[in-house]
Amino acid sequence: MTIWIDNRSGTPIYDQIYTQIRRQIVGGELKENELLPSIRGLAKDLRISFITTKRAYEELEKEGFLYTVPGKGCFVAPRNAELIREENLKKIEAHIEEIARLGAACGLSREELLDVVRFGLEDER
Amino acid sequence: MNALEIRGLKKTFSGFQLGPLDLTLPGGCILGLIGENGAGKSTTIKLILNMLRRESGTVTILGRDNGQDLRSIKEEVGVVLDEVGLPDCLTSAQTGRVMEGIFRQWDAAAYASYLRELGVPEGKAFKEMSRGNRMKLGIAVALSHHPRLLLLDEATSGLDPVVRDRVVEMLADFTRDEDHAVLLSSHIVSDLERICDYIAFLHKGKLLLCQEKDRLLEEYGFVHGAAGELAAIDSAAVLHRSEGRYGAEAIVLRRAVPAGMAISPVTVEELFVHMVKGER
Repeated sequence: MTIWIDNRSGTPIYDQIYTQIRRQIVGGELKENELLPSIRGLAKDLRISFITTKRAYEELEKEGFLYTVPGKGCFVAPRNAELIREENLKKIEAHIEEIARLGAACGLSREELLDVVRFGLEDER
Repeated sequence: MNALEIRGLKKTFSGFQLGPLDLTLPGGCILGLIGENGAGKSTTIKLILNMLRRESGTVTILGRDNGQDLRSIKEEVGVVLDEVGLPDCLTSAQTGRVMEGIFRQWDAAAYASYLRELGVPEGKAFKEMSRGNRMKLGIAVALSHHPRLLLLDEATSGLDPVVRDRVVEMLADFTRDEDHAVLLSSHIVSDLERICDYIAFLHKGKLLLCQEKDRLLEEYGFVHGAAGELAAIDSAAVLHRSEGRYGAEAIVLRRAVPAGMAISPVTVEELFVHMVKGER
């Protein structure tokens, strides 16, 4: 497992951990039922707050990416198609949010923005 | 179990009152207590250790009241105070032999390896050491009797960045055990801030806040822009605002920032400085 913490990025640290582990699970680099580092161990290795790491794991567990066996640790949950679809939908939503943000920043109206999206989709075909 | 619990702690000196102070340090966590010079950090630590008599309130260390059986509590608490107080004429090795007679759980091998790691000069008497080296020796002593709670009062302020980095690593290793906890006080946290789980701001004897560090940093952000743009942000969400000739900047609650405005991260230090300014 590879995790990079960027202190200068402005993205919350828990989010950085969450996103990177999630990506590695969805991408198959982390295999089903693989044992993940302990929450405390990971926090100390990355030299970050334990609470933050715990929050990232809790978030991943809530969304079904990992499961906990009491006394043993956290494991990668079996991949399921629904989860991956869900994951991609989330990515789309995030991109749309970004589009809306950039659109607002340069004063595009809703209609103009939708036009841009429509053109973009035409090109894809 | 909580490593440290402070409830309603109060102490009055002429012209200065500390508290009433409430503070909890859960096991396995690192709490950074930040305050200006004279904010009451050292007083708090001395009250925890019963070096000062409290007026009211309770201090519970590792589940035990600090008024009872402080001797056995001190076996399990590693302390580095602002001014490390060790016998002037002793070298680090001689200090180790004295400590061996003081602490039941003294670990001579661990002590030797801490001295090596931190680069404490051998064969030099304490009084001949620089402030930084005295600090290093103090840290080595504090860690070498297998404490469960570490109290560090400005313990890293005299150290160079490389040693500070090493100390950060040591603290991270120390708290790998969920039974271990650290309280570190400083007027500046910078590099140590990273490993803190909780941050408390102390100002004029009162706690301005005590919060999970990463949540705190997620809540606030820096925004820059023209004065007019910044005026659109709800003033209740603005912690601090300053206007210059070429624009304005503000520390604000991120949720109050309108879409499209870029937010950059804020540091614990910046938050602290501006919260204190706001109090004045």
